[in-house]
Amino acid sequence: MDIYDKLFWLLSAITVGCALGVILSRNPVNSVLFLVMTFMCISGHYILMNAQFLWIVNLIVYAGAIMVLFLFVIMLMNLNSDVEPQKGQLVQLAGVISGGVLFLVLLAAVKTAVPVGIDKQSLDIGLIENLGKTLFKDYVLPFEISSVLFLSAMIGAVVIGKKDDSAITNETVQ
Amino acid sequence: MLLLQIDTALILEKVILISVILMGSLGIAMYATWGERKVAAIMQDRIGPNRAGPLGLLQPLADGVKLFFKEEIIPDRSTRLIFILGPCLAMLTALMTSAVVPWAPDLVTDSGRTITFQVADINIGILFVFGVVSLGVYGIMLGGWASNNKFSLLSSIRAASQAISYELAMGISLIALLMMTGSLSLRDIVQQQHGFWADGYFTWNVFKQPLGFIIFLTCAFAELNRAPFDLPECESELNMGYHLEYSSMKLGFYLFAEYINLFISSTIIITLFFGGYNFPFMDQVAGAVSPLLFSIICILVLISKAVGMVLFFMFIRWTLPRFRYDQLMKLGWRSLIPLALVNMLVTGAAILFVFKGK
Repeated sequence: MDIYDKLFWLLSAITVGCALGVILSRNPVNSVLFLVMTFMCISGHYILMNAQFLWIVNLIVYAGAIMVLFLFVIMLMNLNSDVEPQKGQLVQLAGVISGGVLFLVLLAAVKTAVPVGIDKQSLDIGLIENLGKTLFKDYVLPFEISSVLFLSAMIGAVVIGKKDDSAITNETVQ
Repeated sequence: MLLLQIDTALILEKVILISVILMGSLGIAMYATWGERKVAAIMQDRIGPNRAGPLGLLQPLADGVKLFFKEEIIPDRSTRLIFILGPCLAMLTALMTSAVVPWAPDLVTDSGRTITFQVADINIGILFVFGVVSLGVYGIMLGGWASNNKFSLLSSIRAASQAISYELAMGISLIALLMMTGSLSLRDIVQQQHGFWADGYFTWNVFKQPLGFIIFLTCAFAELNRAPFDLPECESELNMGYHLEYSSMKLGFYLFAEYINLFISSTIIITLFFGGYNFPFMDQVAGAVSPLLFSIICILVLISKAVGMVLFFMFIRWTLPRFRYDQLMKLGWRSLIPLALVNMLVTGAAILFVFKGK
């Protein structure tokens, strides 16, 4: 077992531990913090594969942006166990069953998957040059289509979030 | 595994470098607090700190000792663990950014060993800075929330939304610069700005990307929560801001992290736009002095440029009045982001049509 494997197992253990922390902790803020830790550990796995760009993008987008928004909402709503409605026994049972079924499907998918493994000789596969070339040469059409999808989602969010016209005119009059 | 080839000499070299950088940034941050008071005093026609030592030079030490000996208060209704975690995170992220700054060109010793004055040359250097800065928001948000005080919460929410909004314009203004340099590594970016004048034009990026620089600088003010964008600490509305409930050295950590951030971001701005450690006629100087002395000169050049930038931040603080919160958001979303986008498009078009993709 070389140092690479040791790091891999260490990181994986922390990842799983933090992921458990997300669902087991009672305080939603703690859950978010555990989730941030989980993302950081997953980013660590990218480092092990020398995919530096993916590492930092994962950090910026998930830990730095999306989780900050999560934290934002949770702080503003100030959730805690007193005000949070407790679910009934039946609902909890249904949740466990559906979650278990999903887990089973994932397990089945992983079991039949063929491990590709990383080529330890080609260390530059995750660097930004190669990623850019792949993205803008081989997969340029799907990439552009998905960006149009994002744009439409953004416009949709703006339209939904916009106040109605009468409110705006009132504001400007004041 | 090929990724992890390190020998003892390298570890020793890096440990020394990291310690020197940490001590250096702490020392400079300490004297930045003194400098801020002196600058404020001069601009308001006062004397400023003058009791502790000559010119008040021991004032930062006195402040540090005072903070250490103050009573440590953790509010009853606070979330204790996160309350302690907040300042730690703020300090940690403030100190992490300096890892990718190249302080001087490589030094080749007589025994043929190359010493790099950069803790880590990762090929996504500038994105690392962005990543750490975006994590820096957690320190403020968690501290403000865990205090269980409405003013702290409001202030931390202001800080976070401000940081998120201005990160966008900052990133887009940087893309224009990166299209010209063709590299994300700060080391490459600095090496491309070698000297001061080459091929009939300045080599420093500020002369190639003036608009990008102004946008970046404005966003840096907002990211650092400094005046005129210091809404999270606006005394007249929020008492003290997100560190309202903090006392003793935890408060010290927050205040100190701010000054470390100030110094490190000045260094990053200098590295990106003002040629880093490069200075005019550096080739002639390199020929005249020994390599070690040349490295020291380069480090001093970078630090003095950064200190100049810090002074500029301070001058602005005592010159411009504070923005209102809606004005701040309007400036960020409606002016800076479109401006940065236009800058990016113009740069892209210029590279494609005028310089033919050079």
